[in-house]
Amino acid sequence: METAAKKYTFKDFASDQEVRWCPGCDDYVILRAMQKALPDMDVKKEDVVFISGIGCSSRFPYYMDSYGMHSIHGRAPAIATGVKIANPDLSVWVITGDGDSMAIGGNHFIHVLRRNVDLNIILFNNEIYGLTKGQFSPTSLVGQKTKSSPYGNTQPPFSPGELAIGAQARFFARIGGNTPKEMTDLFIEAEKFKGTSLIEVLQNCPIFNDGCFTEYTDKKVREDKQLYVRHGEPMIFGKEKNKGLVLNGLKLEVVTIGENGITEKDILIHNAKEQDPTLHQMLVRLRYPLVTGIIRSYEDVTLEERIDVLTAEVKSKSKFNKTDDLFFSGDIYQVF
Amino acid sequence: MATTQSNTQHEVLEAVIIRFVGDSGDGMQLTGTQFSDTSAMFGNDIATFPNYPAEIRAPQGSLYGVSGFQVHIGSVEISTPGDEVDLLVAMNPAGLKTNLHAVKPGHTIIVDTDAFTKKNLEKAQYDSNPLEDNSLENYRVIEVSMTSLTKETLKDVQGLDNKSITRSKNMFALGMVYWMYDRSPDYTIDFFNKKFKSKPEIIEANTKVLNAGFYFAETLELIPNAYSISPAKMPAGTYRIIMGNTATAWGFLAAAEKAGLELFLGSYPITPASDILHELVKHKHFGVKALQAEDEIAGITSAIGASFAGDLAITTTSGPGLALKGEALGLAMMIELPLVVVNVQRGGPSTGLPTKTEQSDLLQSMYGRNGESPVIVIAASTPANCFNFAYQAAKMTLEHMTPVVLLTDGYIANGSAPWKIQSAKDMSEIKNNIVSEYHENWHPYDRDKETLARNWAIPGTPQFEHRVGGLEKDRISGNVSYVPENHEYMTKIRAEKIKRVQNYIPDLTTEFEEEGDLLVVGWGGTYGSLHTAVKKLNEEEGFSNIGLAHFNYINPLPKNTEDVFSKFKKIVVCELNNGQFAKILKINFNNLNLLEYNKVQGLPFGNGELAEKFKQLLVK
Repeated sequence: METAAKKYTFKDFASDQEVRWCPGCDDYVILRAMQKALPDMDVKKEDVVFISGIGCSSRFPYYMDSYGMHSIHGRAPAIATGVKIANPDLSVWVITGDGDSMAIGGNHFIHVLRRNVDLNIILFNNEIYGLTKGQFSPTSLVGQKTKSSPYGNTQPPFSPGELAIGAQARFFARIGGNTPKEMTDLFIEAEKFKGTSLIEVLQNCPIFNDGCFTEYTDKKVREDKQLYVRHGEPMIFGKEKNKGLVLNGLKLEVVTIGENGITEKDILIHNAKEQDPTLHQMLVRLRYPLVTGIIRSYEDVTLEERIDVLTAEVKSKSKFNKTDDLFFSGDIYQVF
Repeated sequence: MATTQSNTQHEVLEAVIIRFVGDSGDGMQLTGTQFSDTSAMFGNDIATFPNYPAEIRAPQGSLYGVSGFQVHIGSVEISTPGDEVDLLVAMNPAGLKTNLHAVKPGHTIIVDTDAFTKKNLEKAQYDSNPLEDNSLENYRVIEVSMTSLTKETLKDVQGLDNKSITRSKNMFALGMVYWMYDRSPDYTIDFFNKKFKSKPEIIEANTKVLNAGFYFAETLELIPNAYSISPAKMPAGTYRIIMGNTATAWGFLAAAEKAGLELFLGSYPITPASDILHELVKHKHFGVKALQAEDEIAGITSAIGASFAGDLAITTTSGPGLALKGEALGLAMMIELPLVVVNVQRGGPSTGLPTKTEQSDLLQSMYGRNGESPVIVIAASTPANCFNFAYQAAKMTLEHMTPVVLLTDGYIANGSAPWKIQSAKDMSEIKNNIVSEYHENWHPYDRDKETLARNWAIPGTPQFEHRVGGLEKDRISGNVSYVPENHEYMTKIRAEKIKRVQNYIPDLTTEFEEEGDLLVVGWGGTYGSLHTAVKKLNEEEGFSNIGLAHFNYINPLPKNTEDVFSKFKKIVVCELNNGQFAKILKINFNNLNLLEYNKVQGLPFGNGELAEKFKQLLVK
């Protein structure tokens, strides 16, 4: 892609449309993080495309002054795939929620990851259906009381990260909805990554599922409950920076540096670029600490690259340049 | 190598209908295709009709596992694969049992006697062997032990297993038929040489068996006379034999080239539409981008994405697939992007009759979406004109910025016919509504004054950044609008946009007569049957004023439709459904008194049944 012709500010990416989310919704944080991240990406404004499905999150494209499509329920990954195949030079973003991508769009979600189309998916996970006013979603917890589960939800949830890595996601990151600075960084990293990047944002819904992630995201507990991983750095967390992860058999274990002879050298170094997803999957599953940051970032051939290579190969071998060459080839005959 | 220069006196025929039937693994489709291709090369007009079971390999010898291929060749114009057959080649008892009814009394049946075993007779539910119980006395039966003769022919060929040997018996049958109808086996031998380049033993085996069948027929006194069919008088030009699905694919290739756009296909496999996907994926050298999607919905939505990004986007499917695509088609209609949806109709409802033909998705195509959601609907009517209507669908979608549903059906999609090759350079111009020069008052829903087509601003174009979506649009800015009057306005303008397409489609014309006692009305793939029946009847004494009006443009209908109809005393609408097009006509024209002839058997119309029906209507 060519270098961006001019330097933008976040205002260049704000559309003239009034933002209509509930007061206190983390969606505002995500919107602002995106508007701030885009000027720091190596993309031209006219090359940016946002595709969304249906749901609160999916109003997002209207608020961005870029190309965009607010489409139909769950289908944004398939639409974005078409956009990207048609024009691989575009920076394509899929905006989706847990209802949109894990339920009605589950099929497209897994297949876009499998194909490794070079696009970026921001998954707004609030473990509830917001726009339809409070039914449980595929990420809602068992026992959760919602409009459609007054006695408690009986359907066990997906973990988006586990599902994604199982579907061969090459890039998976997770971030709290109330950490705009890190979120902005992740968006920039996702754009740089060649392949499908998935960022799960733990997004609070103040109306229907208030506090769903507070135990991890509250400022008071954040440092003790979250491990923000960085490639090449030891997996250390805690206010005192003295907790860390080690591998004990087939399990990750939290240890304290300085206790039981543990030193910083014993702590696992995060390798996001490892092809084997085993450890990434373990990190995704962990609930104490909750792992955030870029958990997996393994670069692989993208669908567009495969298509490109194959097309070039077929073209180089083909006798056909114009359709006439095809139409008049093979078993043709004359009538006089 | 065999030649056609035998000393036999050939009886000259105008046209002949041959049907090859056998187990679904017997190679009947290949046999039929070879015979029809050879005849086409010779200069005959042809029409073919493959008819096969939905199962890949139904149990051998079973009645429901019979696979057939019918070919109609002639020195005269051939519009359909025909009804009653002159020659039936039956490779087993089940094939004979299920197809005997189609053979004209006194005409010929060739059977492989080796297949008439006790076991096979039982599977075909014969109480006694029809070759022995005189039940075939009204026919000329040629009994040939084809399997044994094939084995004998190949006893010296090295490197063949038993299965390959037995499998080539279809070529013995084909060789016999080539001789009977004065056709050279050369074309088929060329075909073997190309197809099995790396398998010389297969080339040798097939060639030997084909020639053996040919010589066998020549020397056999059981075949008393042979026939020849002269070349047909067809418009001068370069021809090839084309299947409807291939023609559809090629029409899109030509349109993309003409429009200067890249072609994107998003599709999910489904019978009988899959061959369009199979054909288009071959043509990456033309820049075709084909995505075999995870489901029908991803097929159409990926195409919508590609269209948003500036490709000529299409999606191909059959009835149940169109049902799944409904919501996305509504989106494409709402955001007013170009998109062609090809629906190769099959027998419905639900999974219905997946390998059989029907015209029962018409109302689904017209109305199968939520809300007021008009789209252009057109239908191809012959295997060859699938090319033109695919091209036309692409042209219309780009010029009018609205989805187009192109209807074909299993009958014309799998059937083949001579196609007078058309060059993209000779096809009509294709314009588009892509905007590139920015001006300050630009809005995404600005419309062309004449067509009402909106602007097409493609991502990557500076200053045109805008959002589209399924929510209702403000008539000017394109922003989301819930204003009641605006919704009504937009509903009406979307309908008006489709109505104005009338200004760009040809007037309806009639064939044979412009006025008279009876107007036969049809649409889509029934053209050949209706044309043949009306032609025949007009040639009969007392039935000289029957017209045929066949529709390719369904939404909108041609402007002059009512005028054309008003010149006939009676109108009969013939469809392979329960009267769907008749319903559309009644909705559009209040005062019409329409008669209907409907058939819902998964089969095309027969010429005989149509002629009979028309006669009844004229007498009443």
